Amino acid sequence: MIELKSICRDFHVGDEVVHALKDVNQIIEAGEYASIMGPSGSGKSTLLNVLGLLDTPTAGEYWLKGRNVSHLSDDELAATRQAVIGFVFQSFHLIPRLTALENVELPMVLAGLRPSKRRDRAVEMLVKTGLEDRMSHRPDQLSGGQRQRVAIARSIVMRPAVLLADEPTGNLDSHSGNEVLEILEDLHNDGLTLILVTHDPGLGARAHLRLRMMDGEISAERNPNAKRNSTGGVEEQVDHSATV
Amino acid sequence: MRLFDRNRMAFTAIVRYPLRSAMLLVAIAIGVSAVLLLTSLGEGARRYVTSEFNSLGSHLLIVSPGKNEVGGIGRIAGALSGTIRPLTLQDAMALERSPYIDTVTAFLPGGASINYEGVERNIEVIGTTHTMRRLFDYEIAVGRFLPDLDLDNTSPICVIGDTIAKEIFRTRNPVGEWVRLGERRLRIIGVMAQAGQSGPVDVDETVFVPVGFAMQMFNRESLHRMMIEAVSAEAMAPAEAAIVRIIKTRHAGREDVTVQNQGSILNTFNTVFLVLTSTLAGIAAISLAVAGTLIMNVMLVAVSQRTEEIGLIKALGGKRSQIIGMFLTEAAMLSLLGALLGLFVGQAAISLLRKIYPIVDFQAPDWAIIAAVVMAVSSGLIFGIMPARRAADLDPVEALQGH
Repeated sequence: MIELKSICRDFHVGDEVVHALKDVNQIIEAGEYASIMGPSGSGKSTLLNVLGLLDTPTAGEYWLKGRNVSHLSDDELAATRQAVIGFVFQSFHLIPRLTALENVELPMVLAGLRPSKRRDRAVEMLVKTGLEDRMSHRPDQLSGGQRQRVAIARSIVMRPAVLLADEPTGNLDSHSGNEVLEILEDLHNDGLTLILVTHDPGLGARAHLRLRMMDGEISAERNPNAKRNSTGGVEEQVDHSATV
Repeated sequence: MRLFDRNRMAFTAIVRYPLRSAMLLVAIAIGVSAVLLLTSLGEGARRYVTSEFNSLGSHLLIVSPGKNEVGGIGRIAGALSGTIRPLTLQDAMALERSPYIDTVTAFLPGGASINYEGVERNIEVIGTTHTMRRLFDYEIAVGRFLPDLDLDNTSPICVIGDTIAKEIFRTRNPVGEWVRLGERRLRIIGVMAQAGQSGPVDVDETVFVPVGFAMQMFNRESLHRMMIEAVSAEAMAPAEAAIVRIIKTRHAGREDVTVQNQGSILNTFNTVFLVLTSTLAGIAAISLAVAGTLIMNVMLVAVSQRTEEIGLIKALGGKRSQIIGMFLTEAAMLSLLGALLGLFVGQAAISLLRKIYPIVDFQAPDWAIIAAVVMAVSSGLIFGIMPARRAADLDPVEALQGH
């Protein structure tokens, strides 16, 4: 599903060059549940942005679903994000003037889907996230946990292959946080590739593939209790060609 | 992205920020209504003059002494070199004999005092002919207008205006009475109906006398002006030629008269008023350009207010062209709504003007209405491009973080 080959990402801050990602090699299989952990400034956000095609690497290759996406144009990147990737953000990023239903419809509006079709799908996703009675509420009429569930419904409405969740429970109390996490893990159990960025070791430990960022370098560790059929350590994974 | 969705997104954004939207609507509405209002003044003046002219009838020629091509230069030059011969009663009578000419109405205006049994008053006098009444649709209250006399007839008779009759005779019937006009005695044969300013004179303050009488009384050789009706619309051109030919023969080969036809006078007026109206439109259009810069400013604020939203739309797969389209739609919609509001306000102001001055047909010309709306919307689009591009150029990562 995802293969990173010698990914580097440099930022120029004044005269200095900051190496946010240093020669990152990693494979994430389809249907995997991965967590990215690390202190702030370790490069985990940069890694997430690169994975989400919001940022392009300075060097290296990024293969997504068997396609090299390292050098796409802005519009090609947008189209790929639309088709393959779903985002869940720490601060929800709902549009305040739209209802829950309209927020969920937004990706399909951008994709130009027919109104009747997208309404059905949006309703379906909101039911899936337990918000069937909150569809015509605006974000400011919803609790934090409900807002994040709307955001999750929005992230999966285009049926992406990969879901990127950036501290999805960071702004929530533990109860709503657990609810949100359960929904995400249910989605993973249905076959979605889930990548979770968190600074909470307890959360990170639930993933089968734990990626740890430190000073722009990545290290991977597989959860021995992983239910999924794993291919073993990092070095073995690199030998694989891009698998889809 | 569907057109409907783009419009709906833009509309919800407009509704979401009511103060910002209202300010912009007002700015554009002021510009559009200013265009409508100012052009309606120019157009109203043009219509007023045109209708006044058309009420004179359709095949009219105006003859005045001296060659006067465009402005006053010819006349001044002529006067200095002394080449202008007077336009005499005999000239007028010669013109009357032309087969192309139906009537000749001669004018000689002046001032005098009228005196009846010691009551004296200064009034306007106009020497004219019986045809003047029909030319300007004058109504007679008592008695009759000047009769059909020869042009050189000097009968001491007169018709007086309504105000003069009331002030000098009060309740008595003036018809048949003798009055002194300057040094001369005249008999009143009629009283005009109240009419105010109509045609070339203020009817209520005027004494109408036969033109021959006026020439003697004011001791003049030359008429002030003649209005000549051709026998038909087709006879206009030959009549014009005949006038020039006859006068030339009588004035020793000098073409020292000016003949204007109604069409050429109307054209001149129309041109003058069109230039005036366009100038007013141009001045008003400046306010639209100012509103355009306001659109740019407000849209730039909108982009920075909605940075995170733009980042989100990018993350959800919104293309550059879609983001530009969304912001341009918003700018266009705001300016279109502003233009519609401006049309409404402008038309309301024009109806108010019409109520206050019912005599003038105030009306914004169609071209000004179309131009105002087109200009408002296109300034919205043009000034919306820069902010829209700025939105589309935002880096998605930074935009999602709100900077």
